[in-house]
Amino acid sequence: MMAGERREQRIWRVRPEWPFLLFLVFVVAAYLGLLLLLVGANVLTVSWSQAGEILKNPDIQHSIKLTFVTCTVTAILSVLLSVPVAYLLSRYQFRGRAFIDTLLDIPILLPPLIVGLSLLILFNRVPPSACCWMIAGGFGLAAVFGGKGLVRNVTGGMAVLFGVGGLMLSGGESSLEDAVSGAGLPMTFHPLGVVLAQFPVAAAFAVRTMRTTFDQISPRYEEVAMTLGCNRGQAFTRVVLPLAGKGMVAAGTMAWARALGEFGPILIFAGATRGRTEVLATSVFLEINIGNLPGAAALSLLMILLAVTTLLLVRFFAGKGGAL
Amino acid sequence: MSEVMLILDRVTVEVGQFVLSEFSLEIAEGECVALMGPSGCGKTTLMETVCGLRSGMTGGRILLDGVEIAGLPPGARGIGLVPQDVALFPTLTVREQLEFGPRLHGWDVGEVRERAEGLAEDLGLDELLDRVPQGLSGGEARRVALGRALALKPRLLCLDEALTGLDEERHDEVLQVIRKMIEREGVTALHVTHSKKEAEAIADRVVVME
Repeated sequence: MMAGERREQRIWRVRPEWPFLLFLVFVVAAYLGLLLLLVGANVLTVSWSQAGEILKNPDIQHSIKLTFVTCTVTAILSVLLSVPVAYLLSRYQFRGRAFIDTLLDIPILLPPLIVGLSLLILFNRVPPSACCWMIAGGFGLAAVFGGKGLVRNVTGGMAVLFGVGGLMLSGGESSLEDAVSGAGLPMTFHPLGVVLAQFPVAAAFAVRTMRTTFDQISPRYEEVAMTLGCNRGQAFTRVVLPLAGKGMVAAGTMAWARALGEFGPILIFAGATRGRTEVLATSVFLEINIGNLPGAAALSLLMILLAVTTLLLVRFFAGKGGAL
Repeated sequence: MSEVMLILDRVTVEVGQFVLSEFSLEIAEGECVALMGPSGCGKTTLMETVCGLRSGMTGGRILLDGVEIAGLPPGARGIGLVPQDVALFPTLTVREQLEFGPRLHGWDVGEVRERAEGLAEDLGLDELLDRVPQGLSGGEARRVALGRALALKPRLLCLDEALTGLDEERHDEVLQVIRKMIEREGVTALHVTHSKKEAEAIADRVVVME
């Protein structure tokens, strides 16, 4: 009888959906609330007169300029690196691919201080010959385990080349820093070092973004282009790259924003010398160190403003050619 | 009997766990052959191997117009492909799609234009030359893909379930266009399909894979 009644029921009863919606709204509101509180804390701490003074300070103005320049250079270098690396990982199957994929995430997973410390040791404790031998070892392993044919020949050739380079450089006592300084590109405690300190983590984020971009582009486009006469390279430049434009903008933005927030590696490898290697992240640190909390809060707000403005501008311009 | 255009001689392809073993087929010049078979029997794998898009051919020979093509790159084989998902290049206009192959092969500018406009007229794409793929209907997109594949005057046209997903009206319309273009261009064609009706409507001969 009960079953019969149920069958006759014409509109099925469903539970209301408002509890689930309420849960979603609550989670989003809690997170947004936390973010707003963080920004609000800075706003409440800022003394506007002190903020004005600090922004007029020539050292801070230099810091702002250096931040813009280094973040932009890092973002460009990150995109240039991430496009071929991500394309290789997205399109080719080879032995050791998963290992390389994992290796590329290491800068994201490592504590930032370790990136800076590793750079400092690499440039100041390791002679150029040892660098060559380490690179030769890497190529050697790739040649033995990584593939066959052209890949094996190229990686094997590179291993020999760097091995010979290591032998030629052995005996010299100089560090890598001495070698690059001799070539006119000093790194440690130098503005160029800021870029190098920002680069590993920024590039890792850019590679992830480009990898997602290439994974989302069907390989069928390249296959059709290849039946029409393209080789792999032509298919990439003529078909894939125009499709990856928005992904490249996204990767560059990600790298720029990541470089803006970089602090630990810069402090250790490039230092925080006022008027020389100081960028906004280190400026905040220096202002806290001298007890100028309102000044540090003002610089924090400036960084938040820069990050938000950059993201909005990029989304706006990318949006003109379609959604980012 | 016409000359044999395509010879698949005991072709064996291994892709992961899947093995297509010693498949043989001959297609005469100007003939249209429909390749049918259940899902997973290797129709698309075979077509992609013929086009040079799949590695894993471990045995046999593929001869096109008497030339062994198995070792050639896809672009050197003289084969046009219309894939199932059409794969029109999203950033190029219809004109650029039709001109893509001839430009790449260094045809004279006038020749490129003449070929593209000729194909556009034959395929009823005259009004769409400046449009990008986004916004084209399924039938229009198929016609553009067909034109792009034929632009280089290939010796073999491969159609991989090229009519899948079209409604009945568009399906029949595109079917007629394909049949007309195959005859007009005098091209040999290999058409992979699931539909017996479609195979019988378009092909001179139906081959069933098991």
